[in-house]
Amino acid sequence: MSSVPASQSEQRSDSRARWSDSIVLRTIVRRLLLGLLTLFLVSVVVFAATQLLPGDAARAVLGRDATPDRLAAFRREFHLNESWLQQYWSWLSNLLTGNPGTSIANGLPVWSGVEPRIVNSLYLLIVVALVGIPLSIALGVWAALRRDRLFDHATSTITLAAAALPEFVVAIALIILFATIVLQVLPPVSLVAPGTSVWSHPTVLVLPVATLTIAVVPYIYRMCRGAMIEVLESEYIEMARLKGTPRRVLLLRHALPNALAPTVQAIALTFAYLAGGVVVVEYIFGYPGIGQGLVNAVSARDLPTIQLIVLILAAFYVLVNIIADVVVILVTPKLRTSS
Amino acid sequence: MTTQPETAPATPRRSRGLWLDVLARTCRSRRGLVGLALVTPVVLIAVLGPFLAPKSPTAFVGLPYAGPSSEAWLGTDGIGRDVLSRVLWGGREILALAVLATVIGIVVGTALGTTAGYVKGALDEAIMRTLDVALAFPQIILALLLVSIIGPELWLVCLAVAAIHAPQVARVARAATLRTVEQDHVKYAEAFGIPRRRVILGEVVPNIISPVMVEAGLRLTYSIAIIASLSFLGFGLQPPSADWGLMVNENRIGIQQNPWPVVTPIVLIAILTVGVNMFSDAVARSALGIEAPIAPPSMSGSDDVLGGAEHVATEVPAS
Amino acid sequence: MTPEPVLSVERLVIEVARTGARVVDDVSLTVGPGEVLGLAGESGCGKTTLSLALLGYTRRGLAASSGRVRVGDRSLLEMGEEALEHERGSLVTYVPQDPASALNPALRVGTQLEEVISFHRRNEDRAGRRVLVTKVLEDVGLPTTRSLLESYPHQLSGGQQQRIAIAMAIVNRPRLIVMDEPTTGLDVTTQARVLQTIRDVCREHGGGVVYVTHDLAVVSSLAIRVAVMYAGRLAEVGPADQVLQRPAHPYVHGLLQAVPDIEGRRELTGIPGQAPDPGRRLEQCLFAPRCPLAVAECRQAIPPPVAVGEGHRAWCIRVAEQAGAPVAGPGVAPREVAADGSGALLAIDDLNAGYGSRPVLHGISLSIPTGASLALVGESGSGKTTLARCIAGLHTGYTGTISLAGAQLARAARARPAAAREAIQYVFQNPYSSLNPRRSIEESIAQPLHYTEEHPDRAEIDRRVGRALDSVSLSAAVRRRYPHELSGGQRQRVAIARALIVEPRLLVCDEVTSALDVSVQAVVIELLDELRRRRGLSMLFVTHNLALVHSVADEIAVIEEGRILERGPVERVLARPTSEATRALVANVPRLAPVASGAG
Repeated sequence: MSSVPASQSEQRSDSRARWSDSIVLRTIVRRLLLGLLTLFLVSVVVFAATQLLPGDAARAVLGRDATPDRLAAFRREFHLNESWLQQYWSWLSNLLTGNPGTSIANGLPVWSGVEPRIVNSLYLLIVVALVGIPLSIALGVWAALRRDRLFDHATSTITLAAAALPEFVVAIALIILFATIVLQVLPPVSLVAPGTSVWSHPTVLVLPVATLTIAVVPYIYRMCRGAMIEVLESEYIEMARLKGTPRRVLLLRHALPNALAPTVQAIALTFAYLAGGVVVVEYIFGYPGIGQGLVNAVSARDLPTIQLIVLILAAFYVLVNIIADVVVILVTPKLRTSS
Repeated sequence: MTTQPETAPATPRRSRGLWLDVLARTCRSRRGLVGLALVTPVVLIAVLGPFLAPKSPTAFVGLPYAGPSSEAWLGTDGIGRDVLSRVLWGGREILALAVLATVIGIVVGTALGTTAGYVKGALDEAIMRTLDVALAFPQIILALLLVSIIGPELWLVCLAVAAIHAPQVARVARAATLRTVEQDHVKYAEAFGIPRRRVILGEVVPNIISPVMVEAGLRLTYSIAIIASLSFLGFGLQPPSADWGLMVNENRIGIQQNPWPVVTPIVLIAILTVGVNMFSDAVARSALGIEAPIAPPSMSGSDDVLGGAEHVATEVPAS
Repeated sequence: MTPEPVLSVERLVIEVARTGARVVDDVSLTVGPGEVLGLAGESGCGKTTLSLALLGYTRRGLAASSGRVRVGDRSLLEMGEEALEHERGSLVTYVPQDPASALNPALRVGTQLEEVISFHRRNEDRAGRRVLVTKVLEDVGLPTTRSLLESYPHQLSGGQQQRIAIAMAIVNRPRLIVMDEPTTGLDVTTQARVLQTIRDVCREHGGGVVYVTHDLAVVSSLAIRVAVMYAGRLAEVGPADQVLQRPAHPYVHGLLQAVPDIEGRRELTGIPGQAPDPGRRLEQCLFAPRCPLAVAECRQAIPPPVAVGEGHRAWCIRVAEQAGAPVAGPGVAPREVAADGSGALLAIDDLNAGYGSRPVLHGISLSIPTGASLALVGESGSGKTTLARCIAGLHTGYTGTISLAGAQLARAARARPAAAREAIQYVFQNPYSSLNPRRSIEESIAQPLHYTEEHPDRAEIDRRVGRALDSVSLSAAVRRRYPHELSGGQRQRVAIARALIVEPRLLVCDEVTSALDVSVQAVVIELLDELRRRRGLSMLFVTHNLALVHSVADEIAVIEEGRILERGPVERVLARPTSEATRALVANVPRLAPVASGAG
């Protein structure tokens, strides 16, 4: 029994992805270049904001009663008498060769103060990721499956409220509840000497992690739920139902892979956003991370430290975005194969 | 068979005040009502507070961190000032700055986004790349950066927050513009040679107002949160001004002795932000029939990921 | 002894859960083994909802409130989800309308095909499944290569995707296959091929087939019996040759008059008005407001079924007056090309157009005489819309000249003088996007008047809007309404009114009826033809639907892959095409012919 065969014009060439001319590779490279460009522009803005503003930077930083000697020394150190381009160039080249300068606040190399802070902040973020991501996805998927019922309404309302609250409100509330007034089971402040690892006193992590998790979960939950609902309403899921696909297979094999891409993007963006959120949280809990470092540096007008930390945060942001884009491509067949 | 004149189906006429309709519907919905119920008292306190305060916010009325008494209903703060009066004075700036920053952010963002989406080409690229750089700064950092140099000026805070909002609003406006520009009625206007300005104002803008307004609600919530946070960190209003964010930070130390100077502002800020968010979510639901996307303030999300706000409601023919 | 029916639908009612509005109202049908039942109707008639119910499935917000659906010996609506999972895909299967959206973009095609087997035939092992897959791919005319099975849906063409969908539906030898307009969205050539595949499948397959469609011409070549729905209810059911050639119900009669005839033997006539929405459907004959035979009794009760012949019923009390009247009518008068010797109105010379580096049109030279109507026919991707856009000044990426009454036109519409812009008016395909949703009908129609040189005053604008509405047969009540309150056909007429108000000399219609139902399409076509004759308008009618050209054009130009294949008077080109490609195009258009001897 033969039917009308598909004509020549209907046949397509080999569909297997060839990694040599792979789209993924090209995209990574393109995103990296774009990221570098963005970082470069960010560095210009950082530099301009801190050293090129009208007025005397030396006097602004050192204060009104700085001696002329100190002012002169400052100007020399920061090349303030040279042209903008030269200033930028010397700053950038120092930075790239691993010499971000000396802290104004304590006279030590900037890097030695910043490095352990980066590590501590990373610990914080990793724990938040390990706790927050699975929680949000589970909530989001379940809410989508139980759409418009009690669980969905309740979770959506609670997360709506949680998303609105500024982090410091959440942090203070948690402190009041668990560390000072209602209960006193957790430390309100991280009494960890700067330079030591946080893991020596793990309870110090609990409240900051809780605060950040509460900040992060609503966004990922919202996105995951939205993506899942859209997928569950799609024609291909309807078709799968009409084929008699068993429920579990429908959810895991048919639905979830399609909801991954938007969820991954939401996760990445949320964590990039945390780069800023971490500032307030670390400050409140006295957590020895990079956010606290930034606040201290700003209070002390410690230019080199400010510049370095901001650049690191921006680099982190750019990197997370790149990773997210790549993951999305890997997870979406339409994007990673030719058609 | 000759064609006969025909009447349209007898559906009730939709009024032209589309936005009034949306607002009316929002105020009838449960979330909208809850939101409104939360926001109104706090706004009243913030706006009318100074007229009702029993004492001056800077006068000393007792010992530091004294508990509630007949003199000071919420006790005193770290320097001995009346907490109640400070609370009544403390909401104004936050609210005013937040509203102003949001409005500026939206106006600038919409103008940029609409232009980019309509003109396309090199100008579009230029605008969007610039905004990408702005978006590469995590939320609060840009404000901190500027404040660290110029100092904690209020106008600076306002502009910095507006600058945080503008890129994201521009993204939303651009996405909506790109979609609208694909519609045939815009092409028709182009084909008839209608001047560009008229096309943008007449064909494009009325059709992107929905998603932009939804974004506006979101932005207002974040304005309040960011400004309160900046004050908390000490980069907004400076002592001895009364400001809710500042109060929370100042009085943290004495929380065991008198919790009220911390708890009251926290609760007020919480109610305000939650209420605004609920209300804007309700607006989104009635305007677009879906839920508002909630996005972290510095989201540079790709336009098609953030569902919701970017879908202008269009009719689909029945099948 | 009639064999046990494969499908038996008994008094099925499906409602909108929230409001109780009926989408499917008291429908009863049967399908016997080996039988193909065509389920026909226009948009909103409930056929898709009904077809899904045949698998025991209703969409969100809808619920089957009474009645039964039996496939074989199973009563589907009484079964729970788990039991239904068992039957769907094996007892009864479904072929979707749009395979591109119905195939999961994240899964390989082979996976999606194989799992249908593994869900329902637990005892087959890997090798066994492979054998079945290979066989079914052959059955539907697809290559059995590994690369095909490992492709993702977006890597296949529309025709291939649809064949995969068909393969999924037949591999488990179901008793009933439900096909929902499976060839919509495919171009005519592919459609013809896929239809042939479907015919073979129907013939080989021993069960029943329900073929849902809005295209009566397609149904006539496929189905043994036909059921026509209107506004949620059945209008007529019977053997295909009887229903399609001697319909008993006035709606079916009117519908058949509206189907374009490529042979040009029948004049196109539309049905004015539109079907009521669910929720506005009263306890009377729902077609009565539009029916030429309606009397007072029609509005008093729902008409009961009247037997018209063997296995042939119609739900109408006026069957006797209608029955037997053949669908024919005055033939289309051959048109003389209205050449008035004043030369071409529009002349295109050696046009090469493209998008960026991609060329779309090659060396197009064409002219439209004054007062004549030219149909530009081609498949999607042939370049016809690009050409129309170049003429309108919406697309500037081309070389070559376009001249209006001898004067060369600038490429961009903005660069053209106002007189030229008014002389050429464009009507778009999509009635849902061509009107600004924020403007009232009045404002939309009057819009161009604000930018003409004459600057008419308020009163004059009012008058002209009124006249424009008149000329497209819309009542003045429409003026203050907004687009979302009008139907697709009405919106399209508003778009035409807007085009006419500046008194153009050339009307460019770009697939203006493609988004409309058959009966509405006919109304718009009639309108365009009338306007053309009364005003001496020249028209460029762009379409992919060859069958329409008799009713709307004097001449036809066939375009394929950016080149004009041939051009000439409609009669001649369609009857005696000179190019092979045209011949094939004409041959592939489905015709409302005597039913093919299908299965059994």
